[in-house]
Amino acid sequence: MSLFQKLKQGLAKTSANIRSKIQSIFQPGALTDEFLDELEAVLIQADVGVEATTALIDSLREESRGKSFERVEDLYRAMAEKVAEIFATVDAPLQVADQGPTVYAMVGVNGSGKTTTIAKLAHRYTSQNKKVILAAADTFRAAAGDQLDVWARRTGADLVRHSHGSDPGAVAFDAARAAIARKADLLLVDTAGRLHTKKNLMEELKKIIRVISREIPGAPHEVLLVIDGTTGQNGLIQARVFAEAVPITGLCITKLDGSSKGGIAVAIAGELGIPVKLVGVGEQASDLRDFDARGFAYSLFGFDDSGY
Amino acid sequence: MAFEGLASRLADTFKKLRGRGKLSEKDISEGLREVRLALLEADVNFKVVKEFIGNVRARCLDAEVMESLTPAQQVVKIVHQELISLLGGKTHPLDISGPPPAVIALYGLQGSGKTTAAGKLALQLKKGGRKVLLVSCDVYRPAAQKQLEVVAEMAGVSFFTLSDKVSPEVIAKKGVEKAIESACNVVILDTAGRLQIDDEMMDEAQRINQASSPRERLLVVDAMTGQEACQVAQEFDRVVDITGVILTKLDSDARGGAALSIAKVTGKPIKFASLGEKLDDFQVFHPDRMASRILGMGDVLTLIEKAEAAFDQEKAAEMEEKLRRKQFTLEDFMEQMKEVKKMGSFGDLLRMIPGFARAQVDLDVDPKELARVEAIINSMTPEERQNPDIISGSRRRRIARGSGTTVQDVNRLLKQFYQARKMLFQMSGPDKRFGRLRFF
Repeated sequence: MSLFQKLKQGLAKTSANIRSKIQSIFQPGALTDEFLDELEAVLIQADVGVEATTALIDSLREESRGKSFERVEDLYRAMAEKVAEIFATVDAPLQVADQGPTVYAMVGVNGSGKTTTIAKLAHRYTSQNKKVILAAADTFRAAAGDQLDVWARRTGADLVRHSHGSDPGAVAFDAARAAIARKADLLLVDTAGRLHTKKNLMEELKKIIRVISREIPGAPHEVLLVIDGTTGQNGLIQARVFAEAVPITGLCITKLDGSSKGGIAVAIAGELGIPVKLVGVGEQASDLRDFDARGFAYSLFGFDDSGY
Repeated sequence: MAFEGLASRLADTFKKLRGRGKLSEKDISEGLREVRLALLEADVNFKVVKEFIGNVRARCLDAEVMESLTPAQQVVKIVHQELISLLGGKTHPLDISGPPPAVIALYGLQGSGKTTAAGKLALQLKKGGRKVLLVSCDVYRPAAQKQLEVVAEMAGVSFFTLSDKVSPEVIAKKGVEKAIESACNVVILDTAGRLQIDDEMMDEAQRINQASSPRERLLVVDAMTGQEACQVAQEFDRVVDITGVILTKLDSDARGGAALSIAKVTGKPIKFASLGEKLDDFQVFHPDRMASRILGMGDVLTLIEKAEAAFDQEKAAEMEEKLRRKQFTLEDFMEQMKEVKKMGSFGDLLRMIPGFARAQVDLDVDPKELARVEAIINSMTPEERQNPDIISGSRRRRIARGSGTTVQDVNRLLKQFYQARKMLFQMSGPDKRFGRLRFF
């Protein structure tokens, strides 16, 4: 099933409502305030946030002055293209090391889906016959290491883990050494979920990243902030605080197979210039996709990939 | 603070408008736009906000508000009251009456915090004298059963599950039987995370309900959830008929508007708030505190409670006694610093207040600094610790050598100590209770 079939499935119920509502009030011609209000409602209900939404609406209003719209779809397209543009300006592919192991670290708040995302990445790269090592640097949550162990066995990746409660920096150190010694192509570092409001835990995270960059020059090549797709406006604060602590290179938006649209990514990309790199769309190892700005933008308005 | 932010934003709006005298209906609407914005920024669902504003408007059009000299405060007060009543008004206890065992089932989306909440709830019930059995019905997420087993051990309660080849409803049923056998009077069922649009998984939740007849069916919701909270809650309520909500991750700085959305669309009370990494970071839910938080005032009461809990009450009383007798030694000084370190994470607590998350104030005690202080004080003789005034130049050199620090470090410590002592003696006046807190 393609990402957009999945997205479409999830969005079917909600987007149908939204679109029929807008369609029912749409009159061909110039943009009316009533219509813009509805468009605003769509964006806010997708968690884009008041500020980003207002900016988008204002700029659409500005650009459409004197223009006439024949069909309601034309308006959606205009808006979706605007959103896609925000992502396009910050877009960047996943970085790969010139030589030696490539290192990706996953960070984020509790329950955002870091471990599952690691599992999916492991699946992706072991399927391409790459040698992958997983580092269980979440030594805090009960059985987090066991969870990663199951995934390591399922995907055929190696696992580096210490006992529960040990120093995550030490795990990162051993894993980095192992990645070099075993000539791994990819090292995926799982970290404990931490709320950005916990200063000591953010310090711990800095240390993990520091250890990795000391052992492998140029690493980590990606520090991905994993954000739950159902997250509201706090997502922007999360991104800001995490990015202040460690060099966040991109977002991974998870759980987009639900009815949520992950609109907070628009605000994060717009305000902080952090690109979205991956999206999670299910619980299976294969349910991970590279981010597609236009597809994502159109899905906010209930279009699937055939919609443009 | 942001709460004052809303109040002052409202005040500004009204000031601009009231040049003409009495506020008009239109002026009130203008002011309510600010309220709407605040609620949307707090993640209250768009439709819920719309309806809420409608209701509040009616109350605000009361002559009392329009003629008041402080309409902004009046409006905030009305909004606050309405929020509290929507959030359930008062605290709602768990219903575990009836013939034992009382079954409590936890449902929710992936990653909302069910397993952790199960452990916290178990610990709280155990402290209340219940014999609790934790049952893992999550056969999907790798190591989920193991996680609950570890959590159960940490909470000191019994644990039960079957192989992950067994269906969750059978595990639930056997779990209840097991509880009867082992004379447990409460069973908590931890279930797999599921999307509310996943029909197959929602059917399974319903089967778990049928197999175990839980008296409490609690929906576990992440406080950081956005607009979708409504749909999620509505759908779970439709399928498993929830009896209440546990709101998790309230130690974040999220304003938690999702709570309002859920209360509004389901009419079910929020029963618990989960706020921290430790198993005992779990409380009954207070609608009034949540209302302040949604409006951006921060949950100050919870904060103070948490700060007080971190204190060793006995030691605090001892300290008060000493201060009254104007005794404060270097040993007490070290004790106090350790207390501060234990809290924390006092900085963490403050960061629970929205807007404080990024505060650049350094509120935390540097653990390295504390280690140095400890080394210095440990290198003193008992006499020196009791009576720092005798610490002469040569004693300072000896202490520095003994603790691997420099004389400057010793000097700095002594200066800090004298400052702290002075401050404490000044504060140990009439309001000692506050004196204690103001030490930080």
